[in-house]
Amino acid sequence: MYEHLETAANPAGLKRVAVDPVSRVEGHGKVTLLLDDQNRVQQARLHIVEFRGFEKFIQGRPYWELPVLVQRLCGICPVSHHLAAAKAIDQLVGVDPADLPPAADKLRRLLHFGQVLQSHALHFFYLSSPDLLFGFDSEIGQRSVVAVLADHPDIGLQGVKLRKYGQEVIRMVSGKRVHGTGAIPGGMNKPLSCEERDYLLQDIGQIMDWAQAAVALVKHLHGANRPFNDQFATIRSNYLSLVNADGALELYHGGIRAKNADGATLFDHYDYCDYQDLIREEVRSWTYMKFPYLSALGKAEGWYRVGPLARVNNCDFIDTPLAEAARVEFKQHLADPALVHSTLAFHWARMIELLHCAERIEQLLADPDLLSSDLVAQGSKRYEGIGVIEAPRGTLFHHYQVDDNDIVTKANLIVSTTSNNTGMNESVRQVAAEYLSGRELTEPLLNQLEVAIRAYDPCLSCATHAVGKMPLQVELVDADGQVIDRLIRHSNGEFARGDAV
Amino acid sequence: MAAKPVLLLACGNPSRGDDALGPLLLDALAEHVDPDLVESVTDFQLQIEHSLDLQDRQLVIFIDASVREPSFEFTMLTPAPALSHTTHALSPAALLGVYRSLHGLPPPAYLLSIGGHSFELGEALSPAAQANLAQATRFALDLLQGSPTEMAACAAKLAVTPSVNG
Repeated sequence: MYEHLETAANPAGLKRVAVDPVSRVEGHGKVTLLLDDQNRVQQARLHIVEFRGFEKFIQGRPYWELPVLVQRLCGICPVSHHLAAAKAIDQLVGVDPADLPPAADKLRRLLHFGQVLQSHALHFFYLSSPDLLFGFDSEIGQRSVVAVLADHPDIGLQGVKLRKYGQEVIRMVSGKRVHGTGAIPGGMNKPLSCEERDYLLQDIGQIMDWAQAAVALVKHLHGANRPFNDQFATIRSNYLSLVNADGALELYHGGIRAKNADGATLFDHYDYCDYQDLIREEVRSWTYMKFPYLSALGKAEGWYRVGPLARVNNCDFIDTPLAEAARVEFKQHLADPALVHSTLAFHWARMIELLHCAERIEQLLADPDLLSSDLVAQGSKRYEGIGVIEAPRGTLFHHYQVDDNDIVTKANLIVSTTSNNTGMNESVRQVAAEYLSGRELTEPLLNQLEVAIRAYDPCLSCATHAVGKMPLQVELVDADGQVIDRLIRHSNGEFARGDAV
Repeated sequence: MAAKPVLLLACGNPSRGDDALGPLLLDALAEHVDPDLVESVTDFQLQIEHSLDLQDRQLVIFIDASVREPSFEFTMLTPAPALSHTTHALSPAALLGVYRSLHGLPPPAYLLSIGGHSFELGEALSPAAQANLAQATRFALDLLQGSPTEMAACAAKLAVTPSVNG
């Protein structure tokens, strides 16, 4: 592993390089490198530069506001927060998952599959396909989805329409593209109408075809330079995810399973309501993002990865035929004896899940329960609720406590990207050590750091943007703190070397 | 269902201080525009699939908070190369560029940018942004009167110099 590069033994006298912000990820993060006189990397870190304060934002609000409020935590996965909060709030009103009316459970799952489908399409086609199609060191202007649309219009347009379809599923179920109000305490607020179901059925056949094509594409891209793709940013890790009771891939509700790097099961079907006995979070001084770890293994050995690669690694099978066939092929192709550790294989696993979502949407649209108006269960008030789902980026925990007046007195969220914090840092250090160290740094080389981070689809989050924000500036600083070189990437995409603006 | 001739597309997060300016402007306009002619859409940020929302429109107005503007500004947009590698959100001009690459000439499009100052999670709208919002609302209400053709003509008349970067 590469943890020796987390903190340089003697940082004085080293040159500092910053990639700030990391591009084509959601939110704000930066990478800093410390180099010696021969440009050998002595330290590499991924920092989160914005303190989000989610819990403080939530505390003091009545619990029934949360399903809408938490959607504003993130511009990319609002539905994931919506559903995790809804599951926690079900418990606050005394409704356990098994008590949810079948129609409400299926509508929530449909909503979730739409969300995962659109998020995975966004990540693969918009953010990662330029690197994969054109190369990590291709001309910078080519590394965008617009270039994909120009050079591979069929692929680009399929990505656009896959994402659009997922959003239409969300709109039909929750009433709006964003800030919808589908899930309510104990259930859902409306069934799907026949018209809405038929509208979604119109295109599902095409979506299935494109989802299969996406799996074939990512398999082709990975196989085109397999030795490199298998090794780039690759680290051995533990994996954590929900699984169904029968061991199947599960995105909405299940028990927690974790495997170690050799594929041995650390624990299985663990009740997520006891997650605090399972997971601890470490704070380090140089970043706002915490470092979760499995308490039984300790800080050094207990870190784990979540997300598509973890889920596809952890599950025994996928309960839809096309995705299951793709999973089997995935495991055979990347023939680690037990688990696939290739970080770039996140992309492949993500497309397998995209196909699974398309299959499950097709199945659900044929289910008459979606039209039922039996949507809400009731129970007796409780003072604590915990909801966990598999968000697109990985396991997402929402935990609330309320007082007698139904006001949230405590909130704790562990978002997926936080669980991948150590993994992303390890991948950054691997790339820095294996591909950058000792070389003159150029923009294409620095992009390799971003490629490694991007594979995790991190949501460094903010959901804030405004005209004029988000340039990229890379500075090379000498041992005396003097800026000796500067690369600037403006928000309009222009790239320049020289003085900052 | 046929697209309404005028699209108002606001970006912003209602819980992030002045980032809420775009959605709040749509709220302020909601009861004062003809719902048969004007469609209002809110999202956190612009993405490529929003190019599909631009199809079959006679007029498109993007509304967003801006860290640049002192109060508000109304700018005609021209398609720009969407070298959007700094973030996966697109600028309005870049979105027009995407539209052009997918569908050809985009509809007349403008950016109504409203000055904002503070964008932290959980913050309310700043006093300065409230004042800017009031000014921008009056401007938009004046513009969105009459037929779509009249609205488009009014927009062309009121817009300032075309923006390259959006």
